[in-house]
Amino acid sequence: MLKIENLHAEVDGKAILKGLTLSLDAGEIHAIMGPNGAGKSTLAYVLGGRPGYEITGGSVTFQGKDLLGLAPHERAAAGLFLGFQYPVEIPGISNVQFLRTALNAQKKERGEAELSGGAFLKIAREQADGLGLDMDMMKRPVNVGFSGGEKKRNEMVQMGIIDPALAVLDETDSGLDIDALRIVGDGINRIMRKPDKAVLLITHYQRLLDYVRPDFVHVLADGRIVRSGGADLALELERDGYAGIAA
Amino acid sequence: MTDVRNREAHEAVEEASTYKYGFVSDIEQDFAPKGLSEDTVRFISAKKGEPEWMLDWRLKAYAKWLTMETPDWAKLQMAPIDYQDAYYYAAPKEKPKLGSLDEVDPEILRIYEKLGIPIAEQKLLAGVEGAEPPRRIAVDAVFDSVSVATTFRAELEKAGVIFRSISEAIREYPDMVKQWLGKVVPAHDNYFATLNSAVFSDGTFVYIPEGVRCPMELSTYFRINAANTGQFERTLIVADKGSYVSYLEGCTAPMRDENQLHAAVVELVVLDDAEIKYSTVQNWYPGDAEGKGGIYNFVTKRALCQGKNSKVSWTQVETGSAVTWKYPSCVLAGENSVGEFYSVAVTNNRQQADTGTKMIHLGKGSRSTIVAKGISAGRSDNTYRGLVRVGPTAENVRNFTQCDSLLLGDQCGAHTIPYIEIRNPTAQIEHEATTSKISDDQMFYAMSRGLHPETAVGLIVNGFAKEVLQQLPMEFAVEAQKLLGISLEGSVG
Repeated sequence: MLKIENLHAEVDGKAILKGLTLSLDAGEIHAIMGPNGAGKSTLAYVLGGRPGYEITGGSVTFQGKDLLGLAPHERAAAGLFLGFQYPVEIPGISNVQFLRTALNAQKKERGEAELSGGAFLKIAREQADGLGLDMDMMKRPVNVGFSGGEKKRNEMVQMGIIDPALAVLDETDSGLDIDALRIVGDGINRIMRKPDKAVLLITHYQRLLDYVRPDFVHVLADGRIVRSGGADLALELERDGYAGIAA
Repeated sequence: MTDVRNREAHEAVEEASTYKYGFVSDIEQDFAPKGLSEDTVRFISAKKGEPEWMLDWRLKAYAKWLTMETPDWAKLQMAPIDYQDAYYYAAPKEKPKLGSLDEVDPEILRIYEKLGIPIAEQKLLAGVEGAEPPRRIAVDAVFDSVSVATTFRAELEKAGVIFRSISEAIREYPDMVKQWLGKVVPAHDNYFATLNSAVFSDGTFVYIPEGVRCPMELSTYFRINAANTGQFERTLIVADKGSYVSYLEGCTAPMRDENQLHAAVVELVVLDDAEIKYSTVQNWYPGDAEGKGGIYNFVTKRALCQGKNSKVSWTQVETGSAVTWKYPSCVLAGENSVGEFYSVAVTNNRQQADTGTKMIHLGKGSRSTIVAKGISAGRSDNTYRGLVRVGPTAENVRNFTQCDSLLLGDQCGAHTIPYIEIRNPTAQIEHEATTSKISDDQMFYAMSRGLHPETAVGLIVNGFAKEVLQQLPMEFAVEAQKLLGISLEGSVG
């Protein structure tokens, strides 16, 4: 589904990704772990197409398409969802309006029929329920006045509504208390643990992986994948730290 | 003028144009001679079949105007206007007065359709029988300078509401017009208002009798449709004691290369316990991306809240015009009278807007609220200029002012110039101002959810302007939301 080959990227002239290679198939959940400054968030932003991140080498293919040739909104329409570490506030626009506009824009781009207001609200309500968010919150402006945990849950509600083929989740677990962590973990499993979907889970800690069991764990250090393994690798990292691996 | 109107060419221009409403229709015009002189004033007055007193009023205004100078205090840069190089009167060819909307020229109806006038109103204009529109609005359509058709007149009259073109009102209700015309905006008020007083071609007169809640929203669509025709509208609304009316004014204009002058005057009079809600969506041709063409919009709008507990609420969405000079104001003379001003002003490319309000507190306990949202993009300049004045005998006045500016890009300007003059120590005045930019974070977040950059800007801007947009009647709010997006096209990317 996603094939990253020898990817090099820099920000403000500073090389961050230095030959990253990674491949995800449908039905798989991959976790990327690594120390601060390893390039984890950069990887997420590069995949999402954030301006300011310059690709200096390598390629990324998503479902057979050259991902790097697409604008961010085209990547979304192609089935890529980026879960933000710091979800952004948009005052004055309700979550419902924002998401319905976004979802229908994606559908339009794909040549699919747009959803009516009623049909959309039904989906939104299901997804909000699934993440334990009150529907009233969905009617409030995007992320405005939301707590850190609510913002992360809202990201998952968005993911559920958009129903992407691939989710790249950037530290979705940061800022979550233990209950919220479980709710978010359950959400990821429910929405994305499917044969035709894949997840790239970027995280510092093992704890989210207690809820979302990855098929593969990769260690990202200094812009490269330095080690890959199964779910057990995360436990090992939790115990021993990154020091030995990154060195 | 008329011989250059080639339908195909215009349609091609329209197709090619990024200005959705830039088109010209080919209704035959009846022009006043070019230029401005006493004869022009007489021509207009004669064309309207006006009584002697009206002509005198105009001529006095004209004489005064000759002695006045163009105001230069606004933050606007523009070439001097050649007042002799414009037409001051253009009317669709004389026709017998229409008994029903079916008789309206199909060409005019076609233009309304192109303008995207709300379906409900289109039905009304098309004279659809039986189908009750979702909300009822009476339309007084000002096509260039003359009201073409007025709907629902009979029902309004049953309620005692007078809804007329001002020319008709001058003929049919001369005493009432005489009593109020120029009382809120005197003929000598300012350069542009005085010009309007001399040459106003048409406009609207509304009278809501005592205790009457106007049974429908009143709406006037302004269109500037002839090359080089200045549009000088005059609107006068009188709300008698305890009455209420909501009035909608919407404007779009065809594309032109030469700058066109527009100098309207709107006067509102509100007596005891009465309320007028006046909503405007202004979408005149803003000029092209290089600043060529576009409407010069110099408007004097003022309300006199004369009665106790009287209230006026101005809501405006200003997206068009090359130059906007406009300060809808409230003279809060009545005890406990209320003035509100809600404004969104969008400038893109080379547009310039200097707009705001004046709240003149004279009555005890009078209150005012000002919410102004300026959105600047391209190389435009957007200025909020507002005055809050409290007179010495006005006890316990309250004002709240909020001015927010949103910048798109780094070549535009946003300016907030508040004037606060307080002559009574009991006044409570609050002023808040913010300036922000659409952040890269917001743009990327919205795009990563599948939104095209221009849709994303539209959404973010609509969110920014929400407090104002929600003051608009529903149909207008929808139209205004679309307009904000359209106006900012090309400002990202």
